[in-house]
Amino acid sequence: MPKLATFAALAALMVGASAQAATISISCGSVGAELEFCRTGAEAWAKQTGNEVEIVSTPNSATERLALYQQLLAAGSGDVDVFQIDVVWPGLLGSHFLDLSGEFSQEEVSAHFPAIIENNTVEGALVAMPWFTDAGLLYYRKDLLEKYGLQPPETWEELSAAAKQVQDGERAAGNDRMWGYVYQAKAYEGLTCNALEWIDSFGGGQIVDAEGKITVANPQAAAALTWAASTVGQISPEGVLNYQEEEARGVFQAGNAVFMRNWPYAWGLGQAEDSPVQDKIGVAALPKGGENGKTTGTLGGWQLAVSKYSDSPAEAIDLVRFLSSPTEQKRRAIEGAYNPTIPALYQDTDVLEAAPFMGDLYETFTNAVARPARVTGARYNQVSAEFYNAAHQVLSGRAEAAAALDALADRLDRLSRGGRW
Amino acid sequence: MAGPTISRLTRTRTRAAWLFLAPMLVALALVAAWPLGRTVWFAFTDANLSDMGAAGFVGLANFEYLLTDPDWWRSVWNTLFFALVSVSIETVLGLAIALALNVHLPGRGLLRTAVLIPWAIPTIVSAQMWAWMLNDVYGVLNELLILLGIIDQGIAWTANPDTAIWAVIMVDVWKTTPFMALLLLAGLQMLPTECYEAAKVDGVHPVEVFWKVTLPLLMPALLVAVIFRLLDALRIFDAIYVLTGNNQATMSMSVYARQQLVDFQDVGFGSAASTLLFLTIALFTAVYLTLARIGSGQAEERP
Repeated sequence: MPKLATFAALAALMVGASAQAATISISCGSVGAELEFCRTGAEAWAKQTGNEVEIVSTPNSATERLALYQQLLAAGSGDVDVFQIDVVWPGLLGSHFLDLSGEFSQEEVSAHFPAIIENNTVEGALVAMPWFTDAGLLYYRKDLLEKYGLQPPETWEELSAAAKQVQDGERAAGNDRMWGYVYQAKAYEGLTCNALEWIDSFGGGQIVDAEGKITVANPQAAAALTWAASTVGQISPEGVLNYQEEEARGVFQAGNAVFMRNWPYAWGLGQAEDSPVQDKIGVAALPKGGENGKTTGTLGGWQLAVSKYSDSPAEAIDLVRFLSSPTEQKRRAIEGAYNPTIPALYQDTDVLEAAPFMGDLYETFTNAVARPARVTGARYNQVSAEFYNAAHQVLSGRAEAAAALDALADRLDRLSRGGRW
Repeated sequence: MAGPTISRLTRTRTRAAWLFLAPMLVALALVAAWPLGRTVWFAFTDANLSDMGAAGFVGLANFEYLLTDPDWWRSVWNTLFFALVSVSIETVLGLAIALALNVHLPGRGLLRTAVLIPWAIPTIVSAQMWAWMLNDVYGVLNELLILLGIIDQGIAWTANPDTAIWAVIMVDVWKTTPFMALLLLAGLQMLPTECYEAAKVDGVHPVEVFWKVTLPLLMPALLVAVIFRLLDALRIFDAIYVLTGNNQATMSMSVYARQQLVDFQDVGFGSAASTLLFLTIALFTAVYLTLARIGSGQAEERP
């Protein structure tokens, strides 16, 4: 009998131990060095807590990543415990995630930008914790602008002129691969971000306003897209029509472009030891649309959410707490130039030394323009697809900007049942 | 007296036949009929991927919306254009390769195997390989053309709406011509040698032998090969999705249906698109088989 009791105690102990050491799988993006940073962060947590982590790598394209998540979550799959989700997804996916508001203290939550916390709150539930924030930035080649006696451009027109001058000069000097400006114009979510920046910088609004009214068909928006279309084949390779973030970075980092629009992550990689353009890069806010325009950048950024279908929610929440903490966000900011979501870190000297633009462009990050994800709710994805298709048609010379935007407004009207969404 | 015996035997045989067929019929019902039926049913509902249980019957509304959507019609046109052009090119090239491989050459076995390599690579992999080779800035194809002095600035093959569909066709031709060649080669090796000996004795020109002997005799194999490829080409998805994504300029019916089903979570509407895609393919098959039957019927009637 005592033998049996020992055995039972031992078994209970083992069950207890196995419940403590959980395996948490986290889905991470894989743009640039994202996956590596996610892995090192998650593994540090695993080591600290004695749990195990499994890293699930996901497609580069945000559109494809969302499709993958939707299938996993619609099937109620517990295969992934922690999801890295885009700033525009809480409304689409929120019903599949745990409410974190009770799990994190008021102090922990309020350390982050209030706008992001509000963005991640769906019907009163905090469905995700902010991990890093993003805004579109203008990267430029300091050395080339200096060589031609130019300043970083204030307006898009200045950018065109500067890009053209450097491009022609460099080509005449023998680098016939040199281009003026690269960005993301493949028909996917990234083009929505780029086109929204052009339109907003010209004062053309945010596609759909906060009340759900479709505002995209206006002369400023048409002027913005007309300008963007003028870059294709002139200062931008025709290939931008099929570029995502990494294709644009490939051209810029190889030294073949003067200007690039990209997210902050490109800084860390561009400044790495093996980068041909190390120490030759400058970062500025995106240009204004004309003299009366404004500088802007599309709000991006990624959040961490815990799946409702997770087998070990407590451990998953703990991993989210670790990854979204000031310590981990500081490490990511210094080593990878991932923008913290904690305002206090923007005054941290170590962070500012590693990524000076975070201090210089603080306004850009706090005033970034949001995509109309909240007001369009479950239809955001369709709105975005209609929008990037219309922009792509204009950029590829298939349609005039004004006509394309009128057609877009009609389609959005049909989609929204007359603006009611 | 003999009647009932025979019929009992027939009955036993019929029963046995059904018994042997049963596993296959059950498997077919499970993996083909059930999903197909479900898709058709969803096409008449407003099912949404995020909450499949709440689907309600909406009649023909999905089809009505679909048939008035210009994007759908563009994808239909893209699919038909792609299927007809790529299958035509593959047939001609495949036939040429099959004829070449049918000649007795040293190392023929090796050649036959080597030719199959593009077919053996998964489309996702080969399409991604091509996407890199077709890149406008660092792609090897532009590099070659620039070296040869044919162009002086890289062409954005997959980005320009005019060249994108041709890039897709080229990748498909590269991949599936070997399959076509192999099917036709099998057909060629079945042809009776007597006809060729007779033609040789009569001193018929080789070109005439091809048109008057080889092609008519090969016709049944050719028809089967073409219908195989056509059915495949009409549901093209992977090569297009990898090369150009959701771009409307190259969107096929399958890409359209996937976007609705997965990206937009609109299972009802996406199922309607899938159902129409299925009907289109069925229609093509029916028309093609009827034409082929009429064609072969006429051939047999000839004296």
